[in-house]
Amino acid sequence: MGNVGASEVPQLIGPDGRRIDGRKVDELRQIRVVAGPLKRADGSAFVEWGANKVMAAVYGPREVHPRHLQVNDKAIVQCRYNMAAFSVDERKRPGLDRRSQEISKVIAEAFESVVFAEEFPRTSIDVYIEVLQANAGTRCAGIVAASVALADAGIPMVDLLPSVAVGKVGGQIVLDLKKEEDNFGEADLPMALVPQSGRLVLLQMEGHLTAPELGRALDLGVTGCRAIYEKMKQALRDRYSVDPPQVLAEVAA
Amino acid sequence: MSGEVAAEILTTHVLELARDGRRLDGRGLDEYRAVTLEPGYVASADGSALVHIGDTTVLCGVKLEPGKPFPDTPNAGVLTTNAELVPLSSPSFEPGPPHPRAIEVSRVVDRALRAAETIDLKELCISPAEKCWTCFVDIHVLDHAGNIIDAAALAASTALAHTTMPRVRFELAETDIPLAVKHVAIETTFCRLGDALVVDPTVDEEMACQGRLTIATDEAANVVAMQKGLVGAFAPQEVKELAERAFRHGDRLRAEIRGGAR
Repeated sequence: MGNVGASEVPQLIGPDGRRIDGRKVDELRQIRVVAGPLKRADGSAFVEWGANKVMAAVYGPREVHPRHLQVNDKAIVQCRYNMAAFSVDERKRPGLDRRSQEISKVIAEAFESVVFAEEFPRTSIDVYIEVLQANAGTRCAGIVAASVALADAGIPMVDLLPSVAVGKVGGQIVLDLKKEEDNFGEADLPMALVPQSGRLVLLQMEGHLTAPELGRALDLGVTGCRAIYEKMKQALRDRYSVDPPQVLAEVAA
Repeated sequence: MSGEVAAEILTTHVLELARDGRRLDGRGLDEYRAVTLEPGYVASADGSALVHIGDTTVLCGVKLEPGKPFPDTPNAGVLTTNAELVPLSSPSFEPGPPHPRAIEVSRVVDRALRAAETIDLKELCISPAEKCWTCFVDIHVLDHAGNIIDAAALAASTALAHTTMPRVRFELAETDIPLAVKHVAIETTFCRLGDALVVDPTVDEEMACQGRLTIATDEAANVVAMQKGLVGAFAPQEVKELAERAFRHGDRLRAEIRGGAR
């Protein structure tokens, strides 16, 4: 997609059914989630996902800027998804392009769907996502990082939001596209799941999927999200759980 | 009574009606408003269309100009889609730089046109790596009575289906030819009102809405683009059902565009 007229399309699924990086069709890339790496932010998280590196920070609830956006009976969620100039092969012009603005909008709406906004009237919960190194699926990595950052900031939410992209590559429905699969595949469908309700709060798609393929893609994405959900919870446990033997030793001393 | 209070009462009313399977304007939950397409509305454009969906009015103009292809796609032309939510179309639209709302409309329409291959960009190549047609699709929302994404997409597809390549004006050939339209993508937007999922929402319904989902389909029974917007959530099963509904609405509206095309 986005490569009309490009000269060569690489073979994305090998004769053994494996993908270019050796993954099976329903296999995720390696994911590492770290909660709370930043000192100044109210909450933060870092996600390394395949060759993606994404940092997220949360500030708030705090005063709304600009003020006219303030809502009397609830908090608003503002999001800024930004890609660093050096995050892609060809230097990207710094600042928010139209793609980043659209992604910022749908991510803010996804989080506003799960945050208990009515608990913090007239405030803003500001979510900042910085893509430091990009290799497809950056908005999903950003949502995963931002969810953990929101939890790290102590913002009450219905649930964390695991997120993943499903796609169609070499005629097959595959989980978690990497760059070549995104560029030369036949469809890309990023989503974010509320595990508690099983509902999707972010859903986008581009490419070609028949109705049965769409059904399979949604199901595969939900399964993927649930696997990522475990890693997100573990990251929070790693940050906040106290090692029991150590506590006992301290009590004894 | 303040506007906020009025909005609150209206929102409650819209949601109560939806619970009984009814809508403020008397439509059924899966009933689309009347659609009229008026191609060739603007003579100065190479292609254009004025589209009404109920009281919503959107105008699209297409202009073609010779330009330079992108280095990574030397054999293809360039497609640029832009939507303007001009302040005359709604009390809530303000002048100034494009609002994220406008950017979303542009990008969702652009995504459907690209994914469905509404125009074959390779046909826009004039000389590889040097010269190609740049196709500007400019969308003006004139009256925002709800569901501007569908209206903008309909206007864009209809305008493209009635576009002439201005080869004579740019001294590239002796005659002009129509721009070939390969596949027509139709966007169908649904809103959640409680448990009800209504098609083609009005402004009042969008105000009360608890999640919006747009599904673009092509004539070969593919979903080619989707966009979930606003605060709210959809179950995967609901998405599958809405895709089936989108196919039905898409086929009907596609016939209207194709029927009017040369």
